[in-house]
Amino acid sequence: MDTKFENILKRLPYQEPFLFVDELIFISEEKAEGLYTFNPTAYFYEGHFKEIAVTPGVILTECMAQIGVVCLGIYLISKTDSENSFKNLHIVLSNTNIDFLKPVYPGETVSVVSKKEYFRFNKLKCAVNMLNSRNEIICKGTISGMVKISGDEA
Amino acid sequence: MTTEQIYAKLLPIVKTYLPEDVSEEAIAADKDLTGELNINSAHLVDVVLDVEDEFDVEFANADMENLRTLNDAIAIIKQKLNIR
Repeated sequence: MDTKFENILKRLPYQEPFLFVDELIFISEEKAEGLYTFNPTAYFYEGHFKEIAVTPGVILTECMAQIGVVCLGIYLISKTDSENSFKNLHIVLSNTNIDFLKPVYPGETVSVVSKKEYFRFNKLKCAVNMLNSRNEIICKGTISGMVKISGDEA
Repeated sequence: MTTEQIYAKLLPIVKTYLPEDVSEEAIAADKDLTGELNINSAHLVDVVLDVEDEFDVEFANADMENLRTLNDAIAIIKQKLNIR
């Protein structure tokens, strides 16, 4: 994978069982695109639902946020402050407004496409779509979060 | 534009982002927007973006750092619009 993508992925503050990014395939100051395959043995399928395993909407939202807002946010910060160590990366989800159109079953691979609406005063707002392997829209909406590197005081 | 006129335009913007547990009567020009009125940092950015649209001005990072109260906002807006 491109080192540009590797540098973003290694700075993600997540790990199993709550990392929902496999790879990035595009990044610019305006747009991010990435892929994730839902592991059929993931813990949440045991409970959602009792009778049939379907990926929870909150997990789809998390996947959209990790690729669409956090990866893009890390890239944007690295553009303005290339010396940064990212040791004090702080991420807060502030708002989501998502419509869910199709289910995602265990083992499915999804792609997330995020377009920046604005990144100002540490707040990143994006219009994010998640698509399945047939290029159908699974869910779409806007997500915003605060993405910043804090000083020593935090 | 007078201080009162600017304040009157700021009031509805702040009301939009005021948490439900803070009364609109609590809003005053000298109240700390985050510390006293409980507006979170993400909504403070929304306030500034709305203020920029309302007054057709642009806040710099330094302006954001100086913004604690509506009095600060009024001072920044006046400075941007060259109002003494």
